[in-house]
Amino acid sequence: MNLHHSADPRLWNFSAELRTLGLGGGPMTRREAIRLGLLGTAGLALSGSLASRALGAPVASAPATPRAPKARSVIQIWLWGGPCHLDTFDPKPGAGYDYYGALKDPIATNVAGIQIGELLPLLAKQADKYSLIRSMSHGINAHETASYTVQTGRPSGTRDVFPGTGAVVSLFKGYDAGYKGLLPPYIVLTELQGRFSEAGFLGGRYKPFATGGDPGQNRFVVEGVVAQGITDERQRARREFLHQLNTFERAMQSGDPRLAALAQCETDAYEMILGDAGKVFDLSQEKDAVRDNYGRNTFGQSCLMARRLVERGVPYITINYKGWDTHKQHFPIMRQKLPQLDRGLAALLVDLSERGLLDSTVVWAGGEFGRTPKVLWESPWNGGRGHWGKAFSTFVAGGGFKGGHVVGKTDAHGEEVVDRPVHPSELIGHIYELLGIDGDAKLPHPEGRDVRALPTLAEGAKRAGALADIT
Amino acid sequence: MPPHPGHFFSSAFRLARASRFLLRAAKEISRAGVLAILAQSAAGLAAEKPAGAAPALVFELAPAPRPQGRIDELVFARLQQLGLEPAHGCTDAVFVRRVFLDVIGTLPTAAEARQFLQDQAPDKRAALIDQLLARPEFADYWAMKWSDLLRVKAEFPVNLWPNAAQAYHRWIVAAVRDNKPYDRFARELLTSNGSNFRVGPVNFYRALPSHEPAALARAVALTFLGERAEKWPQPRLDGMAAFFAQITYKPTGEWKEEIVFFDPDKALPAGAAPAQFPDGGAARLTPDRDSREVLADWLISPANPWFARVMANRVWSWLLGRGIVHEPDDFRADNPPANPALLDHLAAEFIRARFDVKQLMRAILNSQTYQLASIARSPQPAAEANFAFYAPRRLDAEVLIDALNQITGTTEKYSSAIPEPFTFVPDDARSIALPDGSITSSFLENFGRPARDTGLESERNNRITAAQRLHLLNSTHIQRKLEQGPKLQALLRNRTAPREVIDSLYLTILSRPPTADERRIVNARALAGPDGRTTAIDLAWALINSAEFLHRH
Repeated sequence: MNLHHSADPRLWNFSAELRTLGLGGGPMTRREAIRLGLLGTAGLALSGSLASRALGAPVASAPATPRAPKARSVIQIWLWGGPCHLDTFDPKPGAGYDYYGALKDPIATNVAGIQIGELLPLLAKQADKYSLIRSMSHGINAHETASYTVQTGRPSGTRDVFPGTGAVVSLFKGYDAGYKGLLPPYIVLTELQGRFSEAGFLGGRYKPFATGGDPGQNRFVVEGVVAQGITDERQRARREFLHQLNTFERAMQSGDPRLAALAQCETDAYEMILGDAGKVFDLSQEKDAVRDNYGRNTFGQSCLMARRLVERGVPYITINYKGWDTHKQHFPIMRQKLPQLDRGLAALLVDLSERGLLDSTVVWAGGEFGRTPKVLWESPWNGGRGHWGKAFSTFVAGGGFKGGHVVGKTDAHGEEVVDRPVHPSELIGHIYELLGIDGDAKLPHPEGRDVRALPTLAEGAKRAGALADIT
Repeated sequence: MPPHPGHFFSSAFRLARASRFLLRAAKEISRAGVLAILAQSAAGLAAEKPAGAAPALVFELAPAPRPQGRIDELVFARLQQLGLEPAHGCTDAVFVRRVFLDVIGTLPTAAEARQFLQDQAPDKRAALIDQLLARPEFADYWAMKWSDLLRVKAEFPVNLWPNAAQAYHRWIVAAVRDNKPYDRFARELLTSNGSNFRVGPVNFYRALPSHEPAALARAVALTFLGERAEKWPQPRLDGMAAFFAQITYKPTGEWKEEIVFFDPDKALPAGAAPAQFPDGGAARLTPDRDSREVLADWLISPANPWFARVMANRVWSWLLGRGIVHEPDDFRADNPPANPALLDHLAAEFIRARFDVKQLMRAILNSQTYQLASIARSPQPAAEANFAFYAPRRLDAEVLIDALNQITGTTEKYSSAIPEPFTFVPDDARSIALPDGSITSSFLENFGRPARDTGLESERNNRITAAQRLHLLNSTHIQRKLEQGPKLQALLRNRTAPREVIDSLYLTILSRPPTADERRIVNARALAGPDGRTTAIDLAWALINSAEFLHRH
């Protein structure tokens, strides 16, 4: 399904469109091509590599072959609001009550020497499948700027709004790169970020398709795909009615490209509504036992949904999992949310692994920052935790990430990173590398400026390589 | 829902109508020739055509167009030179819908459309243009356009803050409403001092990710010179940046408040380039004068060859969908105007009218060129680049949702990620009147509302996508409006004659009466459908999903 992508070759005759838009005749300029969104990987200079970036080598202009990709898909579990690192993947039982609060007994995992939070017993049995980066750091304590930095790898406040990782993957692994799926290449379960546009300057073409609805409900009503109360028969009759009332199209005759695009989008839309493509969202096709295993709640069923999308080759899926901004009521909320996270994420790892998909699917879970290691017992927080951008944890698995490792270390209270600090851009760089996306590849910029998938050294990129032993 | 006598196509008269239908179809075919003439004159409702009439006649007039004034002479001369034939003039039904959407970003109501179509006055188009230019929605719609270019957005990537975004927007709305001459509009944006909460235009210098003089110079070049200063030679940019070197931003005791002012005592960086106008002329800056005023006076001078041309070209592109220089914010030597004489003329008229934007719009809207049909008679791409027809454009996100709400009598939920009192707007607010780019809805995001990050015209994306198509065809959001919208329900309940219901739906949604063909198709569908109400809702659904509705044409 080519949801944001009416310039896809399957849908659109480039040269005819260009002619119609008054751009034909001479050779198309780069900017024109970009404006029309025609430049995919083929048109972009792929140059350099992560390795040369790390060594500070100048950016070469000759195309280089990227490494053979290990990963085909990414599932990003976005813990919206910032989960507490101490209560999840970086427990500090020795720090005292003021730090661990109500959760003082971390549990051992199936990997010797790795402990995680006590509310994550199912994940404790799967630690050989994932690694924990305990030294994530950017120092930003505001949601919108921290979210931006974690998802784009860039500092905020520069001239540009950069695309998030999903949009970049959609650019390099979506329709421009030969993706032929009917499902959109970048899907969000279920709501968009809100604070900033995921696609940044790449524009609407690379925006994710947000499903809306709730997979935890009896029927997952994906906005636009599943309509309640309208039978397939009425759908077909209505469509025919729409086609009969086409006075304007008949008058236009000439084949205006805008009307052609509209017609093609309609064909695609009905593939989702009435064809097989939309059936992926029907979770009742799964056995009850499988559904139960993931947890019968929005997050658990979102994980199951993500697995179904990966099976159909969707390159990037984000689960926006809200509710981690626990300034108050922190521990009661943890007791409610962490078991859901534990069940859904553990089931996802096991299921992907059993289906042979884990090796080709990156699973990435984390939020925009950690939380104040020292519990705020005072009023008005009464046992809450604030924002903490200096140190937080991120969970990575699959797609070439090794399991059973811990990267980096925080101090005894979880306040400062004391070993191997990892900036979000380094993690994103490794995910790109696993997908075979060159970090030095140019992004199509609306003003034609030279910007790359990852920050360059000139932009103050951090030295990569901190994650080399888990990829 | 059981059929009800008050409902559209209740089964009570279905049988009787079926026989009448067959009879009338036969009659209409035989009377086709006569009806074609009658329909043109009958009460001005010219859109109704007999069976078999060319559908084009709903949209274009039969005679070839004739130039009406200087604009048309220049456009038609260029077309002749290129061997292109202009489209025919558009019908009244096309005009009323087009001019409402283009001038006030608002669909005409059924009553407004009907009134215009029935009006017999020969100058009714000019009269309607004047009425629309005076409507309050005019200010909302064009303030929205300006807010895109001036980046009116509370948060991210720039922390303009909600209160300041509102002050900025209020100032823009007032300027558009009062038809503030464009030279004064520009001058105030460039030279104001004061609090971001109280003096709206100072936010021009705040709504940017960088406050470096070069960044401010780039924004001014883009906004008022229509140039991408990234392409300028460095000395030119440095010379312009010097005018902004002494702008100062000072926080106050109030949270998020900031004073923006020209500070003559602010030290200039060592080795800074001297101020130079973008045309290469040297500027003389004196300590007793705000350097921004020196630049503004140069900019807005009638002798400045760029200022009026850039705005005249923008207004043309806003109304015709394409600039004479295209993109309208990419003026450069190697991007020449498609019709230089036309741009010269518009710029000269704009200066002569003392930068009166409404006057410029009025001249364009009254031209035959603007009033051409959207049915091209010459090959692309030359026809579109030279304004040989009115190229159809998908409705702006805000205009589209406002139109759907107007048709159905429903409202939207808007929200902002920044929870401040200034970011709450009532559900019945119109999208075109939203003051702040951070206040949004999933519909607006899906349909290509610009993020207001760059100030580029191209940031607004009106290209249809399959995700948008899915939403319009099949979302609960739209379906609920159709099934439960009070205005649509009232329309379906209060009529007994099916003919009236069809007429009302066509006038409400497409701003024209149905053709005989369309009436026949709807009647046939009613016979096959489960009940009258379902047929009526499916008709409304089909019309809002038609290419004719989704585009300005």
